Amino acid sequence: MPLLQIREALRAAIDEEMGRDDRVFVMGEEVGYYDGAYKVTEGLLKKYGEKRVVDTPIAEAGFAGVGVGAAMAGLRPIIEFMTFNFSAVAFDQILNNAAKLRHLSNGQFTLPIVFRGPNAAAHMLSSTHSQAFESFYCGFPGVKVISVATPYDAKGLLKSAIRDDNPVIFFESEVMYSVKGEVPDEEYLIPIGKADIKRPGDDVTVITWGQGVAVALAAAQLCEADGLQCEVIDLRTLRPLDDEAVLTSVRKTNRAVLVYHGWPYGGTGAEISDRIQRLAFDHLDAPVERVCYEDVNMPYAENLENLVIPSPERAAEAIKRIAYVRV
Amino acid sequence: MSPPSAETSPAPVAGRDPDELRRLYTQMLRIRRFEEAAARAYTQGKISGFLHLYIGQEAIAVSTAELMKPGDRVVTTYRDHGFAVALGCDTGACMAELYGKKTGLVGGNGGSMHFFAKDHGLWGGYAIVGGHVPVAAGHAFASKYLGDGAVTLCFLGEGAMHIGATHEGMHLAGLWRLPIVFVIENNQYAMGTPLRRQTAVDDLTVRAPSYRLTSDRWVVRDVFETRARLAKAIDRARNDEQPGLVELLTYRFRGHSMSDPGKYRTKDEVEQWKERDPLFRAEAELRGQHGMSEEDLEAIDETVWGEMDDAVRFAEQSPHPEPEHRFLGHLVEDDLAAAAGHEPVQEGN
Repeated sequence: MPLLQIREALRAAIDEEMGRDDRVFVMGEEVGYYDGAYKVTEGLLKKYGEKRVVDTPIAEAGFAGVGVGAAMAGLRPIIEFMTFNFSAVAFDQILNNAAKLRHLSNGQFTLPIVFRGPNAAAHMLSSTHSQAFESFYCGFPGVKVISVATPYDAKGLLKSAIRDDNPVIFFESEVMYSVKGEVPDEEYLIPIGKADIKRPGDDVTVITWGQGVAVALAAAQLCEADGLQCEVIDLRTLRPLDDEAVLTSVRKTNRAVLVYHGWPYGGTGAEISDRIQRLAFDHLDAPVERVCYEDVNMPYAENLENLVIPSPERAAEAIKRIAYVRV
Repeated sequence: MSPPSAETSPAPVAGRDPDELRRLYTQMLRIRRFEEAAARAYTQGKISGFLHLYIGQEAIAVSTAELMKPGDRVVTTYRDHGFAVALGCDTGACMAELYGKKTGLVGGNGGSMHFFAKDHGLWGGYAIVGGHVPVAAGHAFASKYLGDGAVTLCFLGEGAMHIGATHEGMHLAGLWRLPIVFVIENNQYAMGTPLRRQTAVDDLTVRAPSYRLTSDRWVVRDVFETRARLAKAIDRARNDEQPGLVELLTYRFRGHSMSDPGKYRTKDEVEQWKERDPLFRAEAELRGQHGMSEEDLEAIDETVWGEMDDAVRFAEQSPHPEPEHRFLGHLVEDDLAAAAGHEPVQEGN
């Protein structure tokens, strides 16, 4: 099987879907002539032309809204945010238009649109460029939210997102675009809403997504030395959430730790934690732990940033703590 | 507040066919009576929420409806009833929406501020000021992409001219030469704030050249003139890749919404604008130049009131939406599942 980087897998997904359906187009800053700020769209302008690979000025509210309006009129836009940090200035378009227009119009309009781009901390970009947005975008109905961690998942899920008739928020990561993995030559789709067990184990369930996946897998490795077998569940889709995958694992291990990029107050991690305590209360042998950002604005200084973001060591500590292994 | 030089420019009078004037007058009157019926129901406590009336601005929606070809779209603000009526939506369905009934235009999901009737070319009433401008540009983008020949007409209040989304939407429309006309309905007040306290300029079309939009600007006091000048802007957008920005000087005779007594403006000012009221002027012309009798005029009004009374009766007698309706319309597959009889999926419950 060929080895692809995540950026190449994403590009392959876009390319295949653009080849399959003339209504699919890409729009965003530097997606065309610059070949993409992170080279996800490299070569697509050459192949599909300016009509379908549309460079925009720096106007996120404008082009996010254009995407919404185009989707209502029958096109299937892929809107690239150079980073999801910039989606903050287009938030109204996603919150009040993309997520609501089907409902407001009582089903007269459908909105097949993907908003994609890198999310959460990269490396030494400070607070305005290091934010994890899943808590915002999972916090209201009318959208689906995906966060990918491998080339295989990136391709299969982006293709599904492009074919989906609902607005989809699709999170990638600057620091993961070069991550390599096997991607089959033949076409495949991964269903939205299905988690994936990235590592099986019987002792502790580690629930994660996006950048958290590598951290969780490294932590699982560290815990193995103490005889602990972690089951690492990559949610892949954050809304709708695959409750069954989480609960099945927790009922087996009786312990759960969440490892993710994002602030601790409220949001996606808190939501999952709530579901576990509510839906698997009788199975729990320990409190549900969360290993995520500290509740601070992301500092620029490397040593400080490393303290704020979840590390394998911090995750391993939490895992051992709830497994009652002496740390 | 006196309108600018447009006040002195003569209205073109070519093609003032009495039958046509009568038809346009009737359409304007239907909107006014619809709004009056809605206001009455609101005062009686039968409908709630926010209610923004279009009284005074009817000629704009009526002119627009006259000019639309199949596939053309209107995107407007929360002051949207007038467009729905002008575009041929059933007034019973419109009124039922205000009542929050199952038979409403959008099944009770949207209310007064969110009318949608795709089949009639009404692509939405939008309640976040300026937020619809990029969306409208997106419709026009799709038209250009698909080559469908349709034009999008995006209406906004003058108050929407100062928020970022408006700028970005107009900017992209100009950059990409999209088939769209932005129409500012300058009714002089953004809620209670007069134009002179909103912006440093009097003429909002001064922004048009910066987006490379064509522009035009006039006082809306004559439905024929409004129709003729709007037609030119639409034609340029449709056929010449020239998106436009039009500023229409108009006036709402009621407050911003039902809760606004309008104390920020003088009686004199309101009276001055009432003399420019296109509905009033059309009626005077029918009576004066075309010799229409009081009985004939009253007969029109009676017919129109009859329609609105029916609309109110329909709304009052209509059922409320079923409880399960609240789960519908969010995701496509939820609706399909519900249609197949499955329980709704509720994230987090």
